[in-house]
Amino acid sequence: MSNAPRLTALDALHRSLGATMTDFAGWDMPLRYTSERDEHHAVRTKAGLFDLSHMGEISVTGPQAAALLDYALVGNIGGVATGRARYTMICREDGGILDDLIVYRLGDTEYMVVANASNAQTVLDALTERAEGFDAAVRDDRDAYALIAVQGPASPGILGSLTDADLDGLKYYAGLPGTVAGVPALIARTGYTGEDGFELFVEPRHAETLWQALTEAGAPAGLVPCGLSCRDTLRLEAGMPLYGHELTTSLTPFDAGLGRVVKFEKEGDFVGRKALEAAAERAATNPPRKLVGLVAQGRRVPRAGMSVVAGGEAVGEVTSGAPSPTLGKPLAMAYVDAAHAAPGTEGVGVDIRGTHEPYEVVALPFYKRQK
Amino acid sequence: MSNPQQLRYSKEHEWLSAAEDGVSTVGITEHAANALGDVVYVQLPEVGDTVTAGETCGELESTKSVSDLYSPVTGEVVEANQDVVDDPSLVNSAPFERGWLFKVRVAQEPEDLLSAAEYTDFAS
Repeated sequence: MSNAPRLTALDALHRSLGATMTDFAGWDMPLRYTSERDEHHAVRTKAGLFDLSHMGEISVTGPQAAALLDYALVGNIGGVATGRARYTMICREDGGILDDLIVYRLGDTEYMVVANASNAQTVLDALTERAEGFDAAVRDDRDAYALIAVQGPASPGILGSLTDADLDGLKYYAGLPGTVAGVPALIARTGYTGEDGFELFVEPRHAETLWQALTEAGAPAGLVPCGLSCRDTLRLEAGMPLYGHELTTSLTPFDAGLGRVVKFEKEGDFVGRKALEAAAERAATNPPRKLVGLVAQGRRVPRAGMSVVAGGEAVGEVTSGAPSPTLGKPLAMAYVDAAHAAPGTEGVGVDIRGTHEPYEVVALPFYKRQK
Repeated sequence: MSNPQQLRYSKEHEWLSAAEDGVSTVGITEHAANALGDVVYVQLPEVGDTVTAGETCGELESTKSVSDLYSPVTGEVVEANQDVVDDPSLVNSAPFERGWLFKVRVAQEPEDLLSAAEYTDFAS
């Protein structure tokens, strides 16, 4: 296999728009087009357009597709109605998180699993292995789809001008097949920005047509192309975890404060059940560390890996940090010893290159959109 | 992007104005500002500090990373740009003008500063 970065179907378009490109999980992706701060504000107040074609699509089909996913993942996938989507995770036998996923139920026996780009192969391998003995097929569909997201308060109006699909009837975390700008698309009301918005899965050969149509339809509403840099600050403000930062194989969903995604009540065994039951018990009685939000009182920016300190001692570690364009202050997510994790805890700081900068402990998320 | 002719440049992407009464102004280039992304925090040397050519004298923090600020010359800092401390985005919007960083009474200049044309070649 070549080590050259993979290019999305929109690569030439990004370059013509003058995007700063970056390597991300083996893909050459747009980091930003102009200013990441402006792109961030556009998504919060108007709309932004993202190329997310690096995400990994895996189709699971067949009479026992639901049973397979219920066994392979921690969520209750058989209970998802056709046309709906579910946020879930795939764990190891020891409860460690392999990836966080969105699973769309496209039909009675047809699902699409969307994995993070960096974990797509791991998830594909795990699903394929776990499919043994089930009457279901696992198919690598990474090359079958380009993924374009339009996010922000103006996105329903923009998309609505390009489709006859019933967007009003499309709830958050739902998806339906339709046509957008003459292009067949799976239209999903999902996203990773904390705003209302849509993710459009299309054949790669249609990606440019769709991107251009959205660009033109969105221009009067203030839509701008957006890169991965603002995607990260948007999701941080919204308190959404990122694999490799808040989620890793050394943490269970309970350690990450996301125990609610584990559905012990579903029928049958699933990979990791035993370890996760123990993790749930531990989290309820004696949690080691908790995921919290930190808001800087100063202006220096916390980064992943920096120590959280209290009374001169390390009491945790920053998992993500960035200046927040919306709040105008640096923010961080961090795992902090339970004794220092309560919102309002005094005397917590972050060790930024030797200086202990004061931080306020807050509950997540930092930002919640007005509905 | 164009690099002003009257300035000289370091390979660490700082620019240095011609000295007036022995004092030169220092900033970072547009090329460097673009590479950093939106600058959100700057830490500058303080008035009275001695800075040394090629050595760290502050830091520039952007959305994604933190970078050391190097001094292109040796000398004593006589002014730090408070406007850029208050509004770090000036580094991006006007790197050669209002986004200047500090003024230094030059004691010694290194011999390897680049002309605008040389720097343009170097940075491209």
